[in-house]
Amino acid sequence: MNIPEGLFYTKTHEWARRDGRETCVGITDHAQSELSDVVFIELPKAGRLVKQEDPTAVIESVKAAYDIFAPVSGKVIRVNPEIEKDPALVNKDPYGKGWLFVIEGAEEGDFKHLMDKGSYEVFLKR
Amino acid sequence: MRPLLFEIGSTGRRGTSLPALEFPRKEVSSFLPFHLLRKNPPELPEVSELDVVRHYTSLSKKNFSVDANFYPLGSCTMKYNPKVNEDVVKQIGFLNLHPYQEEETVQGVLELLYNLEKILCEIVGVDEFCLQPAAGAQGEFTGLLIMHAYHSDRGNPRKKILVPDSSHGTNPASAALCGYEVIQVKSNARGRVDLDELRRLLDQNVAGMMLTNPNTLGLFEDEVSEIAKLVHEVEGLLYYDGANLNPLLGMARPGDMGFDIVHLNTHKTFSTPHGGGGPGAGPVGVKKFLSKYLPTPRIVQEKELFRIKHDFPKSVGKLTAFYGNTGVLLRAYAYIRSLGREGLLRTGQHAILNANYLLKGLKTFYEVAYPEMCMHEFVLTATRQKEKGVRALDIAKRLIDFGIHPPTIYFPLIVPEAMMIEPTETESRQTLDHFIEVMKTIAKEVEENPTLFRQAPMSAPVRRLDEVWAARHPVLKWEKKKRDEIPVASYSA
Repeated sequence: MNIPEGLFYTKTHEWARRDGRETCVGITDHAQSELSDVVFIELPKAGRLVKQEDPTAVIESVKAAYDIFAPVSGKVIRVNPEIEKDPALVNKDPYGKGWLFVIEGAEEGDFKHLMDKGSYEVFLKR
Repeated sequence: MRPLLFEIGSTGRRGTSLPALEFPRKEVSSFLPFHLLRKNPPELPEVSELDVVRHYTSLSKKNFSVDANFYPLGSCTMKYNPKVNEDVVKQIGFLNLHPYQEEETVQGVLELLYNLEKILCEIVGVDEFCLQPAAGAQGEFTGLLIMHAYHSDRGNPRKKILVPDSSHGTNPASAALCGYEVIQVKSNARGRVDLDELRRLLDQNVAGMMLTNPNTLGLFEDEVSEIAKLVHEVEGLLYYDGANLNPLLGMARPGDMGFDIVHLNTHKTFSTPHGGGGPGAGPVGVKKFLSKYLPTPRIVQEKELFRIKHDFPKSVGKLTAFYGNTGVLLRAYAYIRSLGREGLLRTGQHAILNANYLLKGLKTFYEVAYPEMCMHEFVLTATRQKEKGVRALDIAKRLIDFGIHPPTIYFPLIVPEAMMIEPTETESRQTLDHFIEVMKTIAKEVEENPTLFRQAPMSAPVRRLDEVWAARHPVLKWEKKKRDEIPVASYSA
């Protein structure tokens, strides 16, 4: 299972990549593998304010539909324009082309609630 | 794949041949104004009667049904539908009824429906029933409309509906359709509603809670009295999703457990036909204090006559044409009356016995999600098989090769690699033993030859379908032009 170094992880299997004031969000390799083939993703509108753990997007696979929760608080400033056309990007490249949205303005404290690579690995084995 | 009806036949072929015209032929345009005439002829199949008969007979042979094979589809209660039900509805007195007939001329069927309401009240332990909703999902919607009407009447319609995280997907869907915010209640380690979590979530803005009992894990919610007490303490209502009523028949009544509103699925509990999008029936029952909100019209008894009455000012209104799907309701009535009180009790008992027999026979080969005695169904988790690269989906597909319908998979959502198995009361011990043997064989195949599962099903008319393509690009109707544009892989797997 691919769990890259340097990202933050949630118990609900989202990843967060911190880049200055911006935080890019997607779902983990484990999540995409459990979901199996993704057929549809409903992304938030840019400009939406979200709190940490708010259901922010919906992902639908051939198995079921699940909520995707905001790993940090802030404002959604961008969503991945490619995802709507090709939701399979989440399966093919969950940490790259399969990114979902970017949140601006997360606080330092938000990241304290998230896991690093090591803790997420342990969490998955639990 | 067999060609579609549109693809067989040839130009000008007809089912019947008409005699030659004995009077001069007139063009359609001489009867209708120009703007009403079609520009192109309709795209209809041009086939003979025999073409049509062969086509549908061939398709019907591919149909998988409980009349032909074992169908342990959890949560769906695929019990056998006794043929006596069909004899009853085909009686000439029922067949030739018309909903616009005068009440005086349909007293028989009105009395029967009236009595069915009373019987359902007795089975479920509520005071009044309405047979009108056309399916379980519409029953849920009706129940929530009643809840909304009740709270609005008291001055605050309230905003939230609680559902367990193991609930049927229709529960949150019905609540959302009714305008409620849906709040999930976590299950505890025993697979039941977590009471501490429930206490934390309950407040004056909770309109009610929707609950299935036994729940979707096949476990009896043994703290249901406490749940009812907590929900009623905040003056919320408790809603019973009747999907799993079957094992309780004659033994326990939702009304006695504290439920205020109940919907039933006649196709699950009372042996009316499943699927195909209907017609169905999802009767809704309520306690006395809610009866004024039931849908109209209602059947009432006035002196010697049964009447269809519309005048109920507090009612949530009308849901379907006339009084629901009478043909379905007649079948449910026939089923209940042919079993009687004693038969219904044995139905529930045998549903539980059969499920536990399978559970005991399978637990050596598969992990059980919540290992304890179950009610009418239980949930296995294919975690052991997954380590070999075989998932619940693969096991389901492999079962088709053995002539058995797959169980419900990946539901409830709280169990990974879930396989939900419900044998129902109508299966014999031989069938159950056969199923255990097949599942044992499959477990062995997982150990010895896991790659085999990539191929399954091998004996079905179609193999693995491209589910992603089907979801993303559904082709829902036939069009001459479109046909060439559909990729071969998605259509003739």
